[in-house]
Amino acid sequence: MSKQTVVETKERFAPGHRACIGCAEALAVRMVCKVLGDNVIIVNATGCMEIVSSQMPFTSWTVPWIHTLFENNSAVASGIEAGLKALTRKGVRDMSSTKVVAMGGDGSTLDIGLQALSGAMERGHNFLYICFDNEAYMNTGIQRSSSTPYGATTTTSPAGKASIGQFSWKKNLPAIAAAHNIPYVATACPSYHRDLAMKVKKGMEVKGPAYIQILSPCPTGWRCPTDNAVEVGRSAVQCGMYPIYEVENGKYKINVSPEPLKPVVEYLKGQGRFRHLADTDINKIQDKVNQDWAHLKELAKI
Amino acid sequence: MAKRTGIEVSIAVSEAVKLANTDVIAAYPITPQTHIVEHLAELVAQGELNAEYIPVESEHSAMSACLGSSAAGARTFTATAGQGLELMHEVVYVASSMRLPIVMAVANRALSGPLSVWGDHSDVMSVRDTGWIQIFVENGQEAVDNTICAFRMAEDSRVLLPVMVHLDGFHLSHMVEPIMMPDQKEVDEFLPPFNYPLPLDPSKPVTMGAFAPPIVFTEAKWAQEMNLEQSKDVILEVWKKFGDKFGRYYNPVECYRCDDCETLIMTMGSFSETAMMAIDKLREEGKKIGLFRIRLWRPFPFEEVRETVKNAKAIIVLDRAISLGMGGPVASELRNALYPLEKRPKIMGFVGGLGGRDITPTDFEKIIKRGLEIAAAGSNREFEIYGVRE
Ligand SMILES: Cc1ncc(C[n+]2csc(CCOP(=O)(O)OP(=O)(O)O)c2C)c(N)n1
Ligand code: SF4
Ligand SMILES: [Mg+2]
Repeated sequence: MSKQTVVETKERFAPGHRACIGCAEALAVRMVCKVLGDNVIIVNATGCMEIVSSQMPFTSWTVPWIHTLFENNSAVASGIEAGLKALTRKGVRDMSSTKVVAMGGDGSTLDIGLQALSGAMERGHNFLYICFDNEAYMNTGIQRSSSTPYGATTTTSPAGKASIGQFSWKKNLPAIAAAHNIPYVATACPSYHRDLAMKVKKGMEVKGPAYIQILSPCPTGWRCPTDNAVEVGRSAVQCGMYPIYEVENGKYKINVSPEPLKPVVEYLKGQGRFRHLADTDINKIQDKVNQDWAHLKELAKI
Repeated sequence: MAKRTGIEVSIAVSEAVKLANTDVIAAYPITPQTHIVEHLAELVAQGELNAEYIPVESEHSAMSACLGSSAAGARTFTATAGQGLELMHEVVYVASSMRLPIVMAVANRALSGPLSVWGDHSDVMSVRDTGWIQIFVENGQEAVDNTICAFRMAEDSRVLLPVMVHLDGFHLSHMVEPIMMPDQKEVDEFLPPFNYPLPLDPSKPVTMGAFAPPIVFTEAKWAQEMNLEQSKDVILEVWKKFGDKFGRYYNPVECYRCDDCETLIMTMGSFSETAMMAIDKLREEGKKIGLFRIRLWRPFPFEEVRETVKNAKAIIVLDRAISLGMGGPVASELRNALYPLEKRPKIMGFVGGLGGRDITPTDFEKIIKRGLEIAAAGSNREFEIYGVRE
């Protein structure tokens, strides 16, 4: 695949949507849509991207798009995929080349919709799932999710005298997805747009379920300047907090190697959500990142 | 040729779904619905029904998958009961508000707690307001016929609404009854192929499920209400066409020996056949008592109900569900429907047959007797629970 053919110039996520200034989730959606092309049906979960793009009577979607609820996009996608199969087989409409793409935030994907996602992956539906991971429930006002990193302050994991903020380590959904033995799992970030585009392309070409989780910096929720979401994303990858890798038919491959890892403190200090952390907290996070990175490298070796 | 066979009602319902040439079935098992979805899985596995069967991981996902397949333009069926209907509750509303003509059989079941797998109408009452067309059937024949009619009603371009076919769990779902199974050719002639006007299709992109700010929401609900109210004309038309073709006619309200009577019993579902036996006996004793039952639960058949009760002085309602803190939901809806009448009959509400408890013809006689006592004495009690063991 030549690099030129990966990203088309045609825009499919129309401007005029209501995302905040500097939103890298909207940026990620826009990049993804360029790669998806026109022959898709998108199933969107409730969340920022649905809300900013579909206020009646407007829409930002130039491809068929459906939103129903918060936690059921994988199940709706399962139904569409089955419907297309039946219609094709029965000779009603040939939909064999149309890909179903489910999209959701980290809250929708890692928390409330995890059961439906697991079910759809286990059943082997031919669909691509894209999780836009901005590490909290942003649409409802920056509440914690199981994807919120340890130590981040959110409105339901507020840092305070008796609390560090988020009290648990980020859930590893790519590993959970990979444990379903699906053909393709990947992480990505719009700061590495070529890598992201290649992955979406792969996810589209795979027959069966594919899961891509995209780090999507959110200046509003992360409390960082609105003009540097792309830099923040790059910094997350460079310090090892958000490694960019793929798992193709069970084989791990690190796509962007940041070694030697930048210290996490550089990443953390640029964001208000981590401002309260003491050096000991930061050291604890650094240790965990070192461990996780070593583990990932092990996996990639096998 | 159509033929009469002795068949379990659940199996017959699945056979009707097959006759309807359904494209997608997404379902999760729950007693007493299991025989319906098991048999459908079998039909698909044997290649007798050319459909996709999605064995989803929950009822929430069952109805969600139905949203997807219906929006893709595929004819879609599911079935559930009790807790399953509760778990899918959130999604049930979306099906009607997005105008997705899904057909769902509900093998009516009690709701926890305490846990009960047996039948009553508690599950139905929780989905009264969901915007679906809802039909209560009394026997296996009605279940089969109305499953077929349901697809035609739902998919009519003037309707495009989902339809629930309610059949009493166990008391009906598990009965073996003699049923005329329609012939495939006749069903094909009666039921046109599903042709959803704007399916999800890249050749004609649509945005479905956009969110409504306050300036639009009220209008959206108004449109939905108009749509459901007006679906009644089509429902009547479909029943008429079905009758003309198959010789079995259905209507929103079914009356049994109620022409000349001042006292009426009202029921829904399969218990009315038992009530008829009680009526026959009381008639022999010279008592002028009749029975009516509501077949079309939504949209509520106000006119037909008012017409049916116009000479009645007393109506005794048996509810198989309880709205805790309020009483019998059907009785209260009846009061609502009859309040505008100038001459209003007295309405005595009874709650009984909960969680699978049987109501026999003798029970019906007792209920009628007690109802008439209350009517004569006057009472300010909203309802009584029948048959509580002390
Ligand atoms: C059943 C249900 N519970 C809660 C909500 C409220 N809700 C809507 S969006 C949302 C959070 C979305 O978070 P995420 O999936 O991470 O997407 P983001 O907005 O961050 O992009 C919540 C809690 C809902 N719509 N439905
Ligand atoms: S809250 Fe965050 S994710 Fe949501 S639109 Fe604003 S910047 Fe984007
Ligand atoms: Mg989020």
